Amino acid sequence: MARIGVITFPGSLDDRDAARAVRLVGAEPVRLWHADDSLAEVDAVILPGGFSYGDYLRAGAISRFAPIMGAVVAAANGSLPVLGICNGFQILCETHLLAGAMIKNERLAFVCKDQTLRVENNTTAWSNEYAAGEEIVVPLKNQDGQFIADEATLDELEGEARVVFRYVGNPNGSRRDIAGITNARGNVVGLMPHPEHAVEAGFGPEGAGTDGLRFFTSALSSLLAST
Amino acid sequence: MARVVVEIMPKPEILDPQGKAVAGALPRLGFTGFASVRQGKRFELEVDGEATEEVLAAARKAAEEVLSNPVIEDVVSVHVAKED
Repeated sequence: MARIGVITFPGSLDDRDAARAVRLVGAEPVRLWHADDSLAEVDAVILPGGFSYGDYLRAGAISRFAPIMGAVVAAANGSLPVLGICNGFQILCETHLLAGAMIKNERLAFVCKDQTLRVENNTTAWSNEYAAGEEIVVPLKNQDGQFIADEATLDELEGEARVVFRYVGNPNGSRRDIAGITNARGNVVGLMPHPEHAVEAGFGPEGAGTDGLRFFTSALSSLLAST
Repeated sequence: MARVVVEIMPKPEILDPQGKAVAGALPRLGFTGFASVRQGKRFELEVDGEATEEVLAAARKAAEEVLSNPVIEDVVSVHVAKED
């Protein structure tokens, strides 16, 4: 059985939901602690949402220096699938595993809604079970969710097909409607919306409400493909 | 005891949502005549003893690597605070 780690930082909120999503697709969630210095040989790792270290300084800025991040960076530079959700995405940007940064939402609004996303790249470790161009709905909830980068970086992301998810109806001013991106290798993915909150009928967005499930089955598929 | 002051501002080309909100509120409170507002951060780093060149160098390094994110912010000043 695949073992997928979920890191808990002080101030993480969605670590249990991420672990639950992992369990629902038939993998074993492995709870990891920010002060650990190893990833306990997991097959993939998730940095969950929340407000790690109170988001003091900048969202994700202090978590970057957590003891476990050394192991995350090393593994990410190998080929371990790494997913950063919301605060996890902010941490991956601060760590420079992903490009760009997040600033406060346009009009300073805390946005909490079911958000439609378009799958732009279905070849990453976390999106390969979606169809290219498919539209999915998952919850979005944040204050610092406006993705920005300079024009050269944005052009590079577009040119290399590293925009993985785009907002359909931009909720926060993110440049070029970008909701999620990947690294050059396609094993590290970060996004602001929360797929782990859309994994069980009746508890996610209206309708099926389970559009987030395939993030996690995608990771399992990519693990199978690499063995 | 000396204090090193680090000042950080959002990059000029980056829209500053906080500054924009403050700029919108000022005229409503009667403060007209300010064309725009940008909001940044000021850190005060206290050191035991004097703020030597070595201390300042360390503060500059911390400002570049931790206190600011170069994607969105510029370090505009690292200086020793004047004695009160």
